[in-house]
Amino acid sequence: MSTDPTTLSAGGAIAAVRAGELGRAELFGAYRARAAADELNAFTWVAEAPPADDAGDGPLAGVPIAVKDLFCTEGVPSQAGSRILEGYRPPYTATAVARLQAAGAPLLAKTNQDEFAMGSSNENSAFGPVLNPWDRTRVPGGSSGGSAAAVAAGHAPWALGTDTGGSIRQPAALCGIVGLKPTYGAVSRYGMIAFASSLDQAGPLTRTVADAALLLHHLAGRDDGDTTSVGLPEPVIVPTAERLDGIRLGVPEELSGEGIEPGVLEVFRATLALAEELGATVAPCRLPHAPYALSAYYVLNPAEASSNLARFDGVRYGLRVENGGGLTDMYTRTRHDGFGTEVKRRIMLGTFALSSGYYDAYYGRAQQVRTKIAEDFRSAFAHFDFVVTPTSPTVAFALGAKVDDPLAMYLNDFCSVPMSLAGIPAISIPNGLSEDLPVGLQLAGPAFSENRILDAAHALEAAIAFDGSGGRA
Amino acid sequence: MTDFEPVIGLEIHVQLSTATKMFCGCALSFGEPPNTRTCPRCLALPGALPLPNAQAVHFGLMIGMALECELAPRSIFHRKSYFYPDSPKGYQISQYDEPLCGAGRLGDVRIHRVHLEEDAAKLVHAGGSGRIHGSLTSVVDFNRGGTPLVEIVSEPDVRSAEHAREWLTLLRTTLRRLGVSDVNMEEGSLRCDANVSIRPRGATELGTKTELKNMNSFRFLERGIRAEVARQEELVRSGGNVVQETLHFDPASGAISSLRSKEEAQDYRYFPEPDLVPVLITDAMLAAARADMPELPAARQERLEALGLTADSARQLAWRAELGDFFEAALAGNGAEPQPLANWVTGELVRRIGDDDPAVTPLAPAALAKLVHMVAAKAVSTGNARVVLDRLVAEGGDPEAIVAREGLGALGDGGELDGLVDAALAAHADAAERIRQGNAKAIGPIIGHVMRETQGRADGGEVTRLVHEKLGA
Repeated sequence: MSTDPTTLSAGGAIAAVRAGELGRAELFGAYRARAAADELNAFTWVAEAPPADDAGDGPLAGVPIAVKDLFCTEGVPSQAGSRILEGYRPPYTATAVARLQAAGAPLLAKTNQDEFAMGSSNENSAFGPVLNPWDRTRVPGGSSGGSAAAVAAGHAPWALGTDTGGSIRQPAALCGIVGLKPTYGAVSRYGMIAFASSLDQAGPLTRTVADAALLLHHLAGRDDGDTTSVGLPEPVIVPTAERLDGIRLGVPEELSGEGIEPGVLEVFRATLALAEELGATVAPCRLPHAPYALSAYYVLNPAEASSNLARFDGVRYGLRVENGGGLTDMYTRTRHDGFGTEVKRRIMLGTFALSSGYYDAYYGRAQQVRTKIAEDFRSAFAHFDFVVTPTSPTVAFALGAKVDDPLAMYLNDFCSVPMSLAGIPAISIPNGLSEDLPVGLQLAGPAFSENRILDAAHALEAAIAFDGSGGRA
Repeated sequence: MTDFEPVIGLEIHVQLSTATKMFCGCALSFGEPPNTRTCPRCLALPGALPLPNAQAVHFGLMIGMALECELAPRSIFHRKSYFYPDSPKGYQISQYDEPLCGAGRLGDVRIHRVHLEEDAAKLVHAGGSGRIHGSLTSVVDFNRGGTPLVEIVSEPDVRSAEHAREWLTLLRTTLRRLGVSDVNMEEGSLRCDANVSIRPRGATELGTKTELKNMNSFRFLERGIRAEVARQEELVRSGGNVVQETLHFDPASGAISSLRSKEEAQDYRYFPEPDLVPVLITDAMLAAARADMPELPAARQERLEALGLTADSARQLAWRAELGDFFEAALAGNGAEPQPLANWVTGELVRRIGDDDPAVTPLAPAALAKLVHMVAAKAVSTGNARVVLDRLVAEGGDPEAIVAREGLGALGDGGELDGLVDAALAAHADAAERIRQGNAKAIGPIIGHVMRETQGRADGGEVTRLVHEKLGA
């Protein structure tokens, strides 16, 4: 094959392999070489070679995949971006990854991330920040920053990420690629190192909407090993829509005005005009409780995280720091040395929020807000097919710009958190540039509307005709 | 001096004898080498999720039915946080404000609630005394970790140490009948804590309670409660106040010591377990539990009373199910009268076997029935029947053959006994005179004389009849 196979979309690569124009080993080798030479710090581990027993004959035809560090992969470091799990090699593989491997996608690499997925810039990784391939002085977003940067840079054909409050969508937006957070429960969480269990959801980061559909097709499915998994009611279909006739787009005032950068808003409005040209109707809608989403989210996620991270105690795996001082001393030293600042902050916030006497005021109240936000979306979807917003209030910001200001950092999740709290699916697609940096458009739909979201995103993608080559390293 | 009334509530933990653990597929452990019955789920490896055990829910429903509890159509699991190496997740999955079973009753004690949870792992303290104080190192065996438990909480309806023991016996029998647990206190499959308070007799409000932990036998339970009630009474009589605290009873010394005070009580930071969906109880699940319900002690007692047994006999046989089983097996074929047979089982037999199960002795139920029948037919005296029972319990066999072999048969009517009575009256002329004057109790020496002469083969009733006949009294 004369063209560089790493410039193909994943779907394109599958077609080339099928047609006999591209060898699986050649494809793997091309990506492996790029991943090994990566200068963005996108990876925490890169495969030497495809596994000997790889199921390349499956529908994914040997197109390799990069997987966020927090997915457990048997015998391969799975560290969740944390010092406390440095070098940890699990004895089992996460269901989501196993499904892709069974479908014929060998593991290419593990990708860098914010520690335990807590962050929006990938600067909270124990293994150093990831650089944005569009501008290496800027962040790629987070927490799936390594996955987003690797796909945008052409170091991986596609990647697996996780989204708790925007951790797939926001880095996808900042790196100029597609990121889909499925309905909560569509993809098994078994083997995903947990951050906030009631919000965590795995999903694809890809260069095209069709690739996202293809990956989700193989990811989604009920897993008897995870009682919160339900799968999707119908198989995911690779989208073909080119028009948006009859589609009603609701633009929530609460998420599309104040707090959004002017340049981002400008790109957003241009896309809305384009949608109308494709046949959609665009009208304002209300999500009255959306402004409270961030506050509720920053009670709920630390609360669950404080509990989920209690297992990292130095007893069974990972880091153990001892100084002859007994059990409590070992606990203290291990967790002091093993966890980063942001993780410690959330453990403390969450422990407080769950404490006797404070539970009702914090955790209980936040759950009530969550219910209200879900009701807001249900009301909106009575009149609209999708809610559309900018994915992130800003374009990629400079490395270090917000590391000392957690509140400013948390505001990155302003547009993505409401959908997470409601458990509904949302996609981010690149819809233009502002200051020569990618801007993302978010489309959210009712639970289990993935096929319709993918169709609409596909029509918009074609009309926008975003040029992602600026991210290619 | 004020008369005090103890007010006692019991908290009982019961290990369920399910095939597998509460939240994973590991088989339950019975002394296997340490850490051989473990998996990612029960070791709380990163990314592993709990999976509830359907059989444990089934057993929980059976227990709820046996205790006449309200069964919740929907219950949820909570996380109960505590840091300790026997708790691999850093929390125990338990139930909190929505347990599987609500209010119920067993005998004369009301049930507050019944819920499902998981057992902790076992810490082994190496070096020193083998106890935690002074040990050099501690290691953890996770085989036990995750064993299903039900916690049964009674209302404070128990009024004495003896009452506690008697009621716990009924509970144990009930659970054993259900076949849901080994219910063995010494082996830890049945554990009991007691909340103890006292109040002036006649008062209605509750006094300050203390919690007495983990008394690991029925005897220690009774002794522990008795000691704590005495301690509280002495404290109050001397002008002091009971302080709310958790106490440890040392069965060796009888001493009670404080484990922790109310101020040191742990904050468990309960919150709904986000890794598990609610447990929904379907009609099919209820029907399955109902179908597996055996006859329970209360119903058995009623049935035994209907056979003509006294209430006391019926209760003794029903509450110790193994005695009831033996009694009913003996009654089945051999025409013994129910009440005499019951008396032999609860009296002479229990005196010989203590707390053991009669089924494990060589004594066959039919043999006891035959022996009781022989006594009724005056084929053997009561005294000699006791000797025969000694033989039967020790080595089994046929009572008739033992009587024949050892010459223990009763003397028939007629001349032999007649002459012996005459001789006895002659030898005890003073006693004969008192009988003649109406003192029936004076017959003792005369009967004793005849028994001595006959090695117990005479029938006491027949001797009495002859004495009265001869003396015209």
